[in-house]
Amino acid sequence: MKKKLSYMDSVHRDGRIWNLSVMVLLFAFPAAVAVIYRAMPDWHGFIMGLIATAPMYWAVAVVETFTYVPMLGAGGSYLSFVTGNISNLKLPVAINALEQADVKVNSEEGEIISTISIAVSSIVTTLIIILGVLLITPLTPVLNSPVLEPAFAQILPALFGGLGVAFISKNWKIAVAPVILMLVLFIAVPALNAGTVGIMVPVGVLFTLAVSRILYKKGLL
Amino acid sequence: MGFNVNSPVLYVLAGLIVAAVLAQSVYFLVKAWRRGVELGMSRDKLKRIAVTSAVFTVAPAVAIVISVITLAKDLGVPLPWLRLSVVGSMSYETIAATNAESAMGLTFGQVSSLTASQYVTIVCVMTVSIMVGIWLVPVVGKKLQSGMISMENRDKKWSDIFSSSMFIGMISAFLGYVFCDFSKVFAGDMSGLIPPLVLLVSALVMCLAGLAVKKLKWPWISDYALPVSLIAGMAAAIPITAWLG
Repeated sequence: MKKKLSYMDSVHRDGRIWNLSVMVLLFAFPAAVAVIYRAMPDWHGFIMGLIATAPMYWAVAVVETFTYVPMLGAGGSYLSFVTGNISNLKLPVAINALEQADVKVNSEEGEIISTISIAVSSIVTTLIIILGVLLITPLTPVLNSPVLEPAFAQILPALFGGLGVAFISKNWKIAVAPVILMLVLFIAVPALNAGTVGIMVPVGVLFTLAVSRILYKKGLL
Repeated sequence: MGFNVNSPVLYVLAGLIVAAVLAQSVYFLVKAWRRGVELGMSRDKLKRIAVTSAVFTVAPAVAIVISVITLAKDLGVPLPWLRLSVVGSMSYETIAATNAESAMGLTFGQVSSLTASQYVTIVCVMTVSIMVGIWLVPVVGKKLQSGMISMENRDKKWSDIFSSSMFIGMISAFLGYVFCDFSKVFAGDMSGLIPPLVLLVSALVMCLAGLAVKKLKWPWISDYALPVSLIAGMAAAIPITAWLG
């Protein structure tokens, strides 16, 4: 008799099927363009472009996978790594939803809350982008206006101000050391900027885990 | 067939893939919702989570539309639409397109038209470079999740601290990032204060929301506190930038 899959097992099975299917579709896009327009890639340009781009992003993707999957839950991970914009949208949405529901991502309730929040966020993002594409001519002057430009340029500080208060106020003992470390590093080291913040996320996570473990072992948490 | 970066064929191809990704999101939403109801979670609670997540997403999604408009100048609309709906981000797509174009002797931002071959080359560089996350999660996702669950079973308290620590570590990196231009202030350039002040406004609005929940007993505010603090911070960025920028 066929054994019935648990919910989590079925999420992993479906996630694998969906992600690998999307991967095939993404490769089908350039293949279809090449066939329709009878155009081969410029192989020299491809190899040189790949050498300049891929090593860093492959390394970042490996680190992001090991860092973000435990925070996003199973369903949330499969969706987030397909729909992108993880640190600036999907993860904050999931963190907020888990806080709102007062559940941990390791529990099945947490898994469900995380998946629902990320799925809704992905759907809304996709629909807004479709709307933006349909209305691109009238929207361009509005969204590119010098008046609104600073608002969109400061979206990350505006996001992490609120999120920081919500999360740090409940975990201040854990937060003091990593927040001080990151402030000192980002202020003192000029090489740390918007382009390198992704690399500093796993550094922050590993440092916080080490501090928390010490505090936990000493009975301070 | 003559090639154009805004050709209807490219819209159709991009649209089909975006539709597939939309279907994946709907599939996981329905699956999680049904399981939540099965587990006895109230529909009201699930609905509140969905509404808050949708409201919270609007402003960052509009920022993504701006990225589509920016990239469309070189690459046409269909490719940025596809890339920013699936897997990509503004910074990644810009870097990948810049590298691919410069490898073919072009300059990003100054391209008036692309041949089909150049277009295919750019898309291939973007696609191959970003694909790791999509296949690596299916490979290691289950093992990572199992590790987290077995930690939860061994020591629940440490498991809770572990997941909180991961969130705090990620948030602290972004808090540090907000201050990355702060040292400019020591050289007399006050624009380095703009991101920290925007962060402060957003944090204050969040504190006020917390006070309203506790003192005035308005628990519904907590559902919308984060989207409101995000919008307040973004709105405050306009006069702050005019003042210090």
